Amino acid sequence: MRLLTHNMLSSNIKGVANGFPFRIDVEKVVEKKVDFNAGFLRNIFPKVEWKAFVDAARTMGYPELPEEADSSLLDSDEFLTKFHHGLLELHLEEGALICPETGRRFPVNKGIPNMLLHEDEV
Amino acid sequence: MSFKMAQISLVSRHREVYEPCDDSFALVDALLADRNNLLEHHPTLCMEVGCGSGYIITSLALMLGQKAAGVHYIATDVNPHAVRVTNETLEAHGVHAELLATDIASGLEMRLAGLVDVMVVNPPYVPTPQDEVGREGIASAWAGGENGRRVIDKILPIADNLLSDKGWLYMVMLTANNPSEICLQMREKGYAARIVIQRSTEEESLHVIKFWREFNTQSRSKEMMTANKTVPARVMQESLVSQFPKSDIFSHGS
Repeated sequence: MRLLTHNMLSSNIKGVANGFPFRIDVEKVVEKKVDFNAGFLRNIFPKVEWKAFVDAARTMGYPELPEEADSSLLDSDEFLTKFHHGLLELHLEEGALICPETGRRFPVNKGIPNMLLHEDEV
Repeated sequence: MSFKMAQISLVSRHREVYEPCDDSFALVDALLADRNNLLEHHPTLCMEVGCGSGYIITSLALMLGQKAAGVHYIATDVNPHAVRVTNETLEAHGVHAELLATDIASGLEMRLAGLVDVMVVNPPYVPTPQDEVGREGIASAWAGGENGRRVIDKILPIADNLLSDKGWLYMVMLTANNPSEICLQMREKGYAARIVIQRSTEEESLHVIKFWREFNTQSRSKEMMTANKTVPARVMQESLVSQFPKSDIFSHGS
């Protein structure tokens, strides 16, 4: 699971008001190189919830991102490289996503989160 | 390795996971037929709901490219075995998609709203008794309840929510699912539609239908050029609807 995906996930448990972002319980992080594409990064930047992204990256062992970011940074290669690395190259292979409101664990195995709910959570 | 679609020999298997079949091939053929449009469309995010063996999402990633193409892929399945198998199939072909075991797009609906540029779905469309819908395991791949519409009808509003303004949806359906009714319902949500591929056996007809938001006049004329038609979209919509034989709702009674 990339951090881009983490940034797009919110808790789907019935009754939860504040299900974003998931906390991350890290057991294993893998780095996988991805070809750099500035166009994609500029496209996706406005959709990224920045604070959630920075916090998650730090949890995954990457503290290099600036605490705040605005679109003027998109002209900086240095910024784009860090953005690219944090968003696309860090994978949570094993661990869990934790609902910020209920504490419920959604396991992540082989990079795949299991978001399936039990009957009483739907 | 420069395949344009997934290779059957490299598709992973599991006893509880639907293997690629005529409907899978039809959807991939439809995407291949529309490949030039898809490439010119420059999608950022592509998504498959119900990835099964991974045959379709893998084919999509291969035909649109991944390296430096700036396209990203997400796929979901309610069957956790399917998601694992999809992972293996993607890996065997050297392509990547973000995968989630979830019911349709549960968990993504808030944050991914309006971001998906291409969505592909080969849903469980087989008319079955209602209690077969939502069962665990491989039955989730085909059990569609009354008229095979239960899961399709759940998916469509979710797709509408997730699709971007330029979003395209490709969906497989049978004549038994009453495609003209589906097209009219989507019309009310602002979508135009055309049949990309139609395949008939003695028993049934399989359709791959493409939906797009029709306020975009540029895409409308592109779609009409692809379909070799020059009539206005509204007339084309009506002639499309009239192509489907009226299915007797009770003719496939379970």
